[in-house]
Amino acid sequence: MDVGIVSYGAYVPRYRIKPEEIGRIWGVDGKSMGKGLMINQKSVPSPDEDVVTIATEAARYMMSRVPSVDPKDIGAIYVGSESHPYAVKPTSTIVAEAIEATPAMTAADMEFACKAGTAGIQACMGLVGAGMVRYGVAIGADTSQGAPGDALEYSASAGGAAYLIGSENIIAKINKTLSFTTDTPDFWRREGQPYPLHGGRFTGEPAYFRHITSAAKMMLEAVGTKSEDYDYAVFHQPNGKFPTRVAAQLGFTPEQIQFGLLTPNIGNTYSGAVPLGLANVLDHAKPGDRIFVTSYGSGAGSDAFDITVTDDIQNYKRDNAPVLEKILEKVVYVDYGTYAKFKGKIVMSE
Amino acid sequence: MSSVAREWREIPGRYNLKGTKCGNCGKIYFPGRSFCPVCRRAGIGKIEEYDVCRTGKVFTFSVVHEAPDCNNRQKPYAVAMVQTDDGVMITAQLVDVELDQIQIGMPVRAVLRKLDADGASGIIRYGYKFVPME
Repeated sequence: MDVGIVSYGAYVPRYRIKPEEIGRIWGVDGKSMGKGLMINQKSVPSPDEDVVTIATEAARYMMSRVPSVDPKDIGAIYVGSESHPYAVKPTSTIVAEAIEATPAMTAADMEFACKAGTAGIQACMGLVGAGMVRYGVAIGADTSQGAPGDALEYSASAGGAAYLIGSENIIAKINKTLSFTTDTPDFWRREGQPYPLHGGRFTGEPAYFRHITSAAKMMLEAVGTKSEDYDYAVFHQPNGKFPTRVAAQLGFTPEQIQFGLLTPNIGNTYSGAVPLGLANVLDHAKPGDRIFVTSYGSGAGSDAFDITVTDDIQNYKRDNAPVLEKILEKVVYVDYGTYAKFKGKIVMSE
Repeated sequence: MSSVAREWREIPGRYNLKGTKCGNCGKIYFPGRSFCPVCRRAGIGKIEEYDVCRTGKVFTFSVVHEAPDCNNRQKPYAVAMVQTDDGVMITAQLVDVELDQIQIGMPVRAVLRKLDADGASGIIRYGYKFVPME
């Protein structure tokens, strides 16, 4: 049985802040910081947006593109994030209700730093492949946290994408998925803490680069392909620099990663990062295109996917929802004070 | 501040604009009601669930400068009466729009946003707001 993507939807809030503005507050050369990270600006959620609303918007866009799919045929919904609004009370049940998929279904929230969204895709593939559900929904969404003044504050942003996984009318077949997982403490946030901590440069070689290159090489070997066999590649993108470097290490060209690399313009959307990059690729894809995807989540692991776009993408009602490039056109820049207010960094009276 | 149980009862309307329609006279109710005050006894047993259209136009609007606590990070903000494409009048916040760009007749669509929360440890309320059509 072929299992793959039946539909997808993506959403990014419209507000942006630039590294120069963040640096202005903290006495840092923000422009250089942005240049080093290859981040020109990052998205900021409005005060009434969180992972629930971002995931819902993406999921509604996803469903609007497949009007023939009855939401009651969705058997599982997984929302991956590290900024679920509740510590206990699932995001996924709220999203499920908002797309009218309840009640004959299972739902759960996932957390694996930046790869919880792709972990959800794998879980849905398993359920669909085993015949346990007709459709599964996997969403990666975040309103990620960066401590004020920390390097993460220049990148941590908001956005998400939703994927309908099934075996009928698939617009992109997932040929294979595999993962590379170890216990590597490069980035974490303890229970009850508002901001994560990270191991600085330790997040590079032993963490991001080791896991992505290992998973990617395992995939290339398993399916017997080379980097040049792919039309597009999407890598996890905590900044613009890491995915550009890891792509080169693996033999992928700047053209191959061009559409899948959104971080320079929206920042690091964490669990939303690879799902959003893949959504932008699918916005441009045509039948026969082959897509290489490798996510990364701190803690640590990488999920790799080998994907082939099918002929069904020609009949797909992509125009029923805005494509990502159109969503990213609507931009309103905010200053640091507004950003701090929107993100709830200012302590208010109850 | 409403109870958790009341909040839960209102979820279908708040998330998905679920209303009701009288099968006798065709009148749409939003929020939904189980009794048609027009048809009275003639409408009993004929009240159906009805999905109110999620797109519409700004019928009129006002800009709020004195906000309740739930919106004090968004002020000033707009509240509009939106006439949905099936004729239902809904009052809701208009978001993701410049206040000086709002016009009567402007096409809008419903989205799910955070409405309020009971402090830092209470329940979070989600519901419809309207944004300009793409």
